[in-house]
Amino acid sequence: MEPVATKDWRIEPVSDRCLMVVFGQKVDPAINARVHALADHLIDQPVAGVIDVVPAFTTVAVHYRPEQIAGVGAASSPHDALERTIAAILARGVTATRTEARTVDIPVCYDEEFGPDLLEVAQACGLSREEVIRRHGTSDHVVYMLGFAPGFPYMGGLDASLAMPRRSTPRVKIPAGTVAIAREQSSVYTLETPGGWNLIGRTPLQLFRPRNDPPTLLRPGDHVRFVPISRERFDELDRQAGESA
Amino acid sequence: MSIRVLKPGPLSSLQDLGRYGYQRFGVIVSGVMDEWSHRVANILAGNPEHEASLEITLMGPSLSFEQDTLIAICGADLSPRIGESPVPMASPVLVRAGSQLDFGKRVSGCRAYLAVHGGFRVAPVMASKSTYLRAGFGGFAGRALKKGDLLDIGEQDPAIFAAAAHSRAGKPPAHPVTDRADAPIRFVAGQQWSAFTAQAHRDFCGQAFRVDSNSDRMGYRLQGPTLSLTAPLEMISEGVAFGSVQVPPDGNPIVLMADRQTTGGYPKIAAIASVDLPLLAQAVPQQLLRFERIELADAQRLHLERELRIKDIRRSFDNLKGAR
Repeated sequence: MEPVATKDWRIEPVSDRCLMVVFGQKVDPAINARVHALADHLIDQPVAGVIDVVPAFTTVAVHYRPEQIAGVGAASSPHDALERTIAAILARGVTATRTEARTVDIPVCYDEEFGPDLLEVAQACGLSREEVIRRHGTSDHVVYMLGFAPGFPYMGGLDASLAMPRRSTPRVKIPAGTVAIAREQSSVYTLETPGGWNLIGRTPLQLFRPRNDPPTLLRPGDHVRFVPISRERFDELDRQAGESA
Repeated sequence: MSIRVLKPGPLSSLQDLGRYGYQRFGVIVSGVMDEWSHRVANILAGNPEHEASLEITLMGPSLSFEQDTLIAICGADLSPRIGESPVPMASPVLVRAGSQLDFGKRVSGCRAYLAVHGGFRVAPVMASKSTYLRAGFGGFAGRALKKGDLLDIGEQDPAIFAAAAHSRAGKPPAHPVTDRADAPIRFVAGQQWSAFTAQAHRDFCGQAFRVDSNSDRMGYRLQGPTLSLTAPLEMISEGVAFGSVQVPPDGNPIVLMADRQTTGGYPKIAAIASVDLPLLAQAVPQQLLRFERIELADAQRLHLERELRIKDIRRSFDNLKGAR
């Protein structure tokens, strides 16, 4: 593949132990591809002193130990030294390492017990329940980043006719596995957490597996297909997941 | 051989220097709130600095030691004692088998760090022994301590025990808070500093902010003048750091601490200088704080000097070990 991420970026300090490479200001697949190309490069070819690399929609945060970058009496500050190193990497160009995108199927049971907001979404969008499920299933969901909670994927690509604002009052507890939408994004709650998205179903899959390497089912760049399943099939898969855990 | 938990205290959890390297999976860093106290406690207990310590919040646990153990306690002074004898802070202390460590009145600070020589024997998860309380993994069984827990201790080095006796003569290393008890907490400008009003800049640098009682390991909520943006700002979630000060629409700043999320979508007015994070970690609810802006280069210089100070503490401990 052609090198990407060679232009249109800037570096800013986040703190005295973190800096950020900013590639743009909007949620966009091309910008996000540059983000992950740099993040993958910094993970595959580590820079001494860098302890964490955190890609998001349009940015890469780089956490570092300043004393491992430039010591007392060095000609430049740790920030300036690391900024130069990263600028040089970007100037040379980083190549996207993922040559082929994966497609991951996520089975979802859309029963009312699991998707308490599905009917409301359907009414607000002027569609039937079945049509919401169909459009959710046929949307080309792409993972932009993982955040909010372990393994929680922020996915773009939801059919625009299903775009709904977040709920005005967030729920205090959302069960793990809950499939949710907000604006033109979809996600799956991976831990029982509070949250403000619209809940439309539940998957028996565990998207976060702390003892696996990597610990998440999904990776940035993955395409996701939501496949409707019955309550019986959900229970069966849920039992299997429980036994293998 | 182990330590038995007779009383857990309100929030006592194993933490190390954090689970770095997994934030891209949405896994928060966790780790100690006060890195200084944790690192010094480990040094004084003859451990590597990344070994887990027990982070104790406001009220101490009661622990029964089933074997001779070298310990060190740094950070908040919660009146630790063994029987009737007070345990000196920031010093190596040999606890005899069968003794019980108790805590009493809070004299200062918010969080004490108990390091035991040999470390706590728990399986690292994603290369860290830190407890991720909400996700329920890491540390001891993925949770805060409970009554009846048995904490296994790692291998102990007899030479270190001997060294402990010598080092009692040494002066305990002082917590950075002792030099700056009433001094403002220093910060560097956050990425969205210039999106805030001149009034917000003046208020954040000039006014006192009170630590809200809702503050916890995730964040310190501050009450004071509300901080406004010059114009509404549409933010896309991006990485945040330990000490990032984000301002939600209600204008009340939140300092992101050890259990912060990996990314955030609120504008950040500031980032606390890493040398002053231990001061914040030791601040208790209702305490008043003031803030002072410094340049990034100065914050990094202070950080490098702080690292040298920790190196010095390690060197004097190692010298004692060698001199026995």
